[in-house]
Amino acid sequence: MHAVLETGSGLPGGEPARLAAEGLRFSYGDRVALDGVSFAVRPGEVFGFLGPNGAGKSTLFSILAGLLAPSAGRLLLDGRPLDGSSRALRARMGVVFQEPSLDAKLTAEENLRLGAALFRVPRAEARSRARALLEAAGLSDRARDAAGKLSGGMRRRLEIARALVHRPDVLLLDEPTTGLDALAFRRTWESLRSLRGASGATVVLTTHRPDEAAACDRLAVLSRGRIVAVETPASLLSRVAGDVVVVEADEPAALAGEIAARLGLPARASGETVLIERERGHELVPRLVEAFPAGRFRSVSVRRPSLADAFLHATGEDLGPEARP
Amino acid sequence: MNAGYDAATVGVLWRRDLVRFFRQPSRLVGALAQPVLFWGIIGSGMAATFRMPGSEEGYLRYFYPGVVLMVVLFAAIFTTLSVIEDRHAGFLQAVLAGPGSRASVVVGKVLGSASVALSQAALFLLLAPAAGFPLASVDWPLLALALALASVGLAALGFAVAWLVDNVQGYHAIQMTLLVPLWIVSGAMFPRSPDHPVMAAVMRANPVAYAVSATRRALGGPDAPGTMPGSVGRDLAVLAAFAAVNLALAVLAARRRGARS
Repeated sequence: MHAVLETGSGLPGGEPARLAAEGLRFSYGDRVALDGVSFAVRPGEVFGFLGPNGAGKSTLFSILAGLLAPSAGRLLLDGRPLDGSSRALRARMGVVFQEPSLDAKLTAEENLRLGAALFRVPRAEARSRARALLEAAGLSDRARDAAGKLSGGMRRRLEIARALVHRPDVLLLDEPTTGLDALAFRRTWESLRSLRGASGATVVLTTHRPDEAAACDRLAVLSRGRIVAVETPASLLSRVAGDVVVVEADEPAALAGEIAARLGLPARASGETVLIERERGHELVPRLVEAFPAGRFRSVSVRRPSLADAFLHATGEDLGPEARP
Repeated sequence: MNAGYDAATVGVLWRRDLVRFFRQPSRLVGALAQPVLFWGIIGSGMAATFRMPGSEEGYLRYFYPGVVLMVVLFAAIFTTLSVIEDRHAGFLQAVLAGPGSRASVVVGKVLGSASVALSQAALFLLLAPAAGFPLASVDWPLLALALALASVGLAALGFAVAWLVDNVQGYHAIQMTLLVPLWIVSGAMFPRSPDHPVMAAVMRANPVAYAVSATRRALGGPDAPGTMPGSVGRDLAVLAAFAAVNLALAVLAARRRGARS
């Protein structure tokens, strides 16, 4: 218990964690991918790891899924160590990969039933669960179509259904909506909620999408192989004071430096824009327009902060082009 | 508890390869057409010049057991090739994250591949009477055992190479330069010649030669032309050892929990 407190992974008040990690480390040669990662997930919560590509999300996911052994540290499921020899314990987890892991030549229903067979779900039970899951995923009318013939969004929903067919206690998802448009994103999350249904499986996911992060109960902010904060999305957002002033410019890095120097404001370049966090942001707009001659920037706008801004605020890092609103 | 998950994993992977094979009519047609063309074209081309020392055996009859082995060999190569993609972006990912052991993943995939190879061989064997081997005179149990051991050995080798090489081009390069020559010098296309002691030694060290030899015995009797010196028992013992060693190799390879990055 002391070790848990020292590594900062414990839940307040000694509350038992469903899934916990203590001091996970992993390196690819000289490159450190995970530098002492600890966390604790409550039973039934939706817990997200938010970070850009290269933050260590994929490595962490591979370790959680049991595909990679950490060079140090350990995982605990309900307080019991989860390692290579604890396969019965692993059977209580369901995994959805970022890469497709369906058999494209088999039908949607067959994919579910093979998934069930892997976890020794009895045949008759597997048949009725497959029907119910297809229904919840909105795929009842596609049950007999080959998985390869389904749209990207449908395949995602089928993957999630397959990962839940053995009724795991923990559902693990790697970037579940990467590459999906806004509509498919919403449908995926709707069906994730209905698939989870009454069972209330604990959900652990990685993401770099601010909209996806906002759907989590709590977020672990992952930056350069370390967790820098574990908070609710609301509390993370409240770190950003007031508004975000967005300046579109051709040379954002140079302009950010100049704004910082001349106006004494904390300006950061992000992609093709300069971002300035500021309370009463609208008052800054005329000052900017007057301070810089025409042509230095294309547009100035004010918006409410997103989790991408909160991430930038917490880590000084950009979530990446896909995360920009 | 764990043994049950292992059995389930073996069953799922085994079933999956067979379902996929029988569901694709193009694969069934290809499985039959390719060896028939190969046997017919090379067989008739060589028939005029081929003379088996001390035997009246025609080339089409001599070549037939060799083509049966070629069917098994290519089927094993192509079905285990899928391991490479399947492991990083396919169904195998989900199996690897499941509760079955790595050994059960290897056994399930190898049994699946071997069953596909045997199914293809069985289709081609329907033509045995055309090659001069009446179906009633074939020693079917011996044939099934020899081909099963050979296909398990070759599929396990394919799995090990696929896992360790982990890219499609490398896999093809290795399998084509390793296995195809082994088949060619197995006695499948031409018999051992007493004038070439080096070739004879290569053949004696070549597991595929024992598979061809056992197949010849099953089709043409214990003393069929072109068999290896020694008994059918020795042919089968070598094949069993080949299968066991390659399975062990594949399990060892698959236990490495490495990441491609």
